[in-house]
Amino acid sequence: MNRALVADLRTLLGDDRVRTNSTELGLYGRDASNIEGSAGVVCFPLTTEEVQGCVLACVRHRTAFVARGSGTGLAGGATPLDQAVVIALTKMNRMLSVDAVNRMAWVEPGVLNLDLTRSVAHLGLHFAPDPSSQQSCSIGGNVANNSGGPHCLSDGVTAAHVLGLEVVLSDGSVVLFGGEAPECNELDLRGAFVGSEGMFGIATKVLVRLTQNPPAVKTMLMDFTSVEAGAQTVSAIIADGMVPAALEMMDQLCVQAVEEYIHAGLPVHAAAVLLVEVAGLPHGLQADVDRIVEIGMAHGAGTVRIAKDEAERALLWKGRKNAFGAIARIKPNYYLHDTVVPRRMLPEVLRQVYEIVQRHDLLVMNVFHAGDGNLHPLLVFDKREPGVMDRVHAAGEEIVRASVAAGGVLSGEHGIGLEKRDFMSLMFAPADLAAQADMRAAFDPSGLANPFKVLPSPAACGDVQHVPEGAWV
Amino acid sequence: MIALDEFAAAVGSQGPVTIAGLGTRGGAVPGVHTVTAPLGIDFVQADEMIVSCGAGTPVDELVAAMAAHGQTVCLPAGGTVGGALAVGHSDVRRLGYGPVRDTLLQARYVSAAGEIVKAGGPTVKNVSGFDLCRLLVGSYGTLGFLGEVVLRTRPLAKHSQWFVTDATDPYPVFAALYRPVSVLWDGRRVWSLLEGHPADVEAQATSAGLAPCGGPPVLPTGSRRSLSPTQLVELAGDFVAEIGVGIVHHAQPATQAAVGEREAALSRALRVRFDPAGRLNPGLGV
Repeated sequence: MNRALVADLRTLLGDDRVRTNSTELGLYGRDASNIEGSAGVVCFPLTTEEVQGCVLACVRHRTAFVARGSGTGLAGGATPLDQAVVIALTKMNRMLSVDAVNRMAWVEPGVLNLDLTRSVAHLGLHFAPDPSSQQSCSIGGNVANNSGGPHCLSDGVTAAHVLGLEVVLSDGSVVLFGGEAPECNELDLRGAFVGSEGMFGIATKVLVRLTQNPPAVKTMLMDFTSVEAGAQTVSAIIADGMVPAALEMMDQLCVQAVEEYIHAGLPVHAAAVLLVEVAGLPHGLQADVDRIVEIGMAHGAGTVRIAKDEAERALLWKGRKNAFGAIARIKPNYYLHDTVVPRRMLPEVLRQVYEIVQRHDLLVMNVFHAGDGNLHPLLVFDKREPGVMDRVHAAGEEIVRASVAAGGVLSGEHGIGLEKRDFMSLMFAPADLAAQADMRAAFDPSGLANPFKVLPSPAACGDVQHVPEGAWV
Repeated sequence: MIALDEFAAAVGSQGPVTIAGLGTRGGAVPGVHTVTAPLGIDFVQADEMIVSCGAGTPVDELVAAMAAHGQTVCLPAGGTVGGALAVGHSDVRRLGYGPVRDTLLQARYVSAAGEIVKAGGPTVKNVSGFDLCRLLVGSYGTLGFLGEVVLRTRPLAKHSQWFVTDATDPYPVFAALYRPVSVLWDGRRVWSLLEGHPADVEAQATSAGLAPCGGPPVLPTGSRRSLSPTQLVELAGDFVAEIGVGIVHHAQPATQAAVGEREAALSRALRVRFDPAGRLNPGLGV
C-alpha cells in the first residue's frame, strides 16, 4: 500500500478512522459474495467533505477506490481489487430531514434500510424497497444496486423511490442529481446513477420517496402438488388484472428447511408453496383475496391459509425472509443466484434448473419473487468436498444461460459486479456494451471509481481484466 | 422484433438529422434531414405486463389496443410513444402512476453512428448493467433515436372517478386519501382522481368531503414548472398544481430553473460521448 496515500488519509480523518491492520483489511476485502479481493486501506468518512477529501487523495495517488455500505452485496460489487481504498460509508448514518406531508426524506447513505422504515413508521410511512437483507443493508448500497425485494412487485425497485442524490464524483466535485423538484431541463443523471454499482461516484446524501402504509393487509399461503401449478397460478393472477403487494414461491426442499427452523406449520409435503400478500383498502382487498383463492383452487391449490392476525403474518414472512438462514441445517455453504425470466417461462426454466443441478450432483432450493419472474436458485453444498466449487460454478453458469435463453435477464436485483461481468455479452452486443462504457467514461473519466466491475473487456476501455478467486469465468 | 435496418439506414452516420413524430411536443428540428420511427405493436403480453411497439406508434392507438387486454400504458395522451419518451413529461396521473421514466424497460435505438443499440431488458425487473433507459427518457433524442421499445403496462382500474371540493389548503385532502392517482389544486379547489373498488372509492371520497365531477380542470399552458412540493403553497396567479409531485401548470410563462454548472457539464459530456458531432436533433436539449 502506498504509504503517502495512507498518510494523506490519516491527516484528513485521523488515525482512528483509517485502518490498515490485517484483520480489518481481511474483513473489508470482500462483500457477501464468494469472491475474495484485497483492500489496501479502509477509511470511514463522516461528512461529504471528508468523502471528497478521500476521493481527491485517491486521485492524487492514482489509486482506485471502492464505496462500501454494509457489504451485503452478493455479486462482488463492493469487493476491492488490487489494494484499492475502501471508503466505508457506514458511519454516515444520520436521518437528515423528513417531510411527512410530501412523503420524502433526506438520509445519509449508511442509514440501514429497515431503520429508515422504522423511523417513519409513526407517520404511517415506509421505504418501499425491502431486500431480504433489509435489517443490515444500507440505503447507499440499495442505490448502488438498484435493490429490490418482495414488495417491489407492486411498488417498484429502488430507482422508483430515489428522488435525488448528492454525489461526489471522481474529480472531487460535489453534485446534485435530481432533487425535490420532479423534472429538470437536463438528462436524468439521478436515474442513470441508481444501479451504477459505485462506478459513477459516491452518493453522500439520498432523497428517498416514502410510501403510505396500507390501511389493510392480507397474507395467504397456498400449496400445490407441482411447481408448474404454482407458477401457472402466478401468471393467472397477473393476467386477471391484479398486482398483489408480493407474490413469493418456495419449493419443497426450501419449505422443509424453513419449517424445521421456524415451526410455522408449513405444508412440508407440498411441491411448492405460494406466499401472496395483498394490501390496500378493505373492499378491494377482499375482492382480490376472493379472486386469488378462486384462481389458486382452479390450479389445484391444496389448502389456502390466510394469516388471521399480525403475529401469524409476521411468522409467514419470517419463514420467507430467513429462508437462507434455514439452509445451514442441510449443508454449510450456499451460492445464491439471481436471474429474471418471463413469468410464463417459470415452469420451463425451473424444470431446467432442477435438471442442471441434478446433473452436477448438487442440491437446490428455490425461494423467489415469482410475481416478477425473479428466480433465486440456491445451490447448497459443503465446500470441504473436493471439486465441489467447480460443480457449483458450472451449474450456476448453466442456470444463467438458461434464463437468458428463455428471454430473461442476468440479474433482477443483485447486480452484475464481478460475478456476472463476463456474462454481460450473453445479453448485450458490443455496441450495447460500448454505450454503457460511454456512460461510465462520462461520469468517471479517471476510471478510479470501483474499476473492473460490470463491464467486460474490451468494453471497459483498457481496464485490465482481473479474475479474482471465486469469480466465474 | 421490429426490423430497424431501414430506420438505421435513414438515420445514417453523417450530417444533421432530426426525427418527426406527430408534432405534438414541439416537433422535428426545421430544415434538417427528417426521419420517422417504425410504428405498430409487435406484441402484447398481458401476463408479463409488457408491450413492445415501434417508437412511431401513436400513444392513443397503443392505449386503445391495451384496453382490449384490460391494461394501459402510463404515457401522456397524444403524439407518438417515442415523442412521449423523448420529452419525458408525465401527465397529471404521475402521483399514482409514477413518472414516464419508470415506463421504459427496453429500448432499441439508432445511435449517432447509425448503429442499432439496445438498452435495458424486456422484464419488469432488471439490474443487468447501467440504466441507459433512464438517460434516454427526457433526452430529446440527443443520445439516439428510439426505434422499438418495450414498455411496462398496468391493469386498468376497475373503477375510476374524478372528485372536486372547495379548499384553500389542499393538504387535509391529500393526507386523508390513500394513494390517490392525482390531487390537483388551483388555490381554491382540489380535484382528485381515485381508482379501485367502487365501495372503497366512495368511502374515501366521503371521508375527505369530495363530490364527484366530470374530470380534471383545464390546465393553463403558459408554463410547465417543476417545483419542490413544499413550495406549492406559495403559488399565486392562475395555476393548477400537482400536489405531492411538484409540477405546476401556470398561465404565466416562466423559465425553468437551470441545473448546476458541474451537472450541466456532465450532461454535455454524455452527449459528446453519444453524439460527438452533435448531429442528432441539433439544437435540442440545451
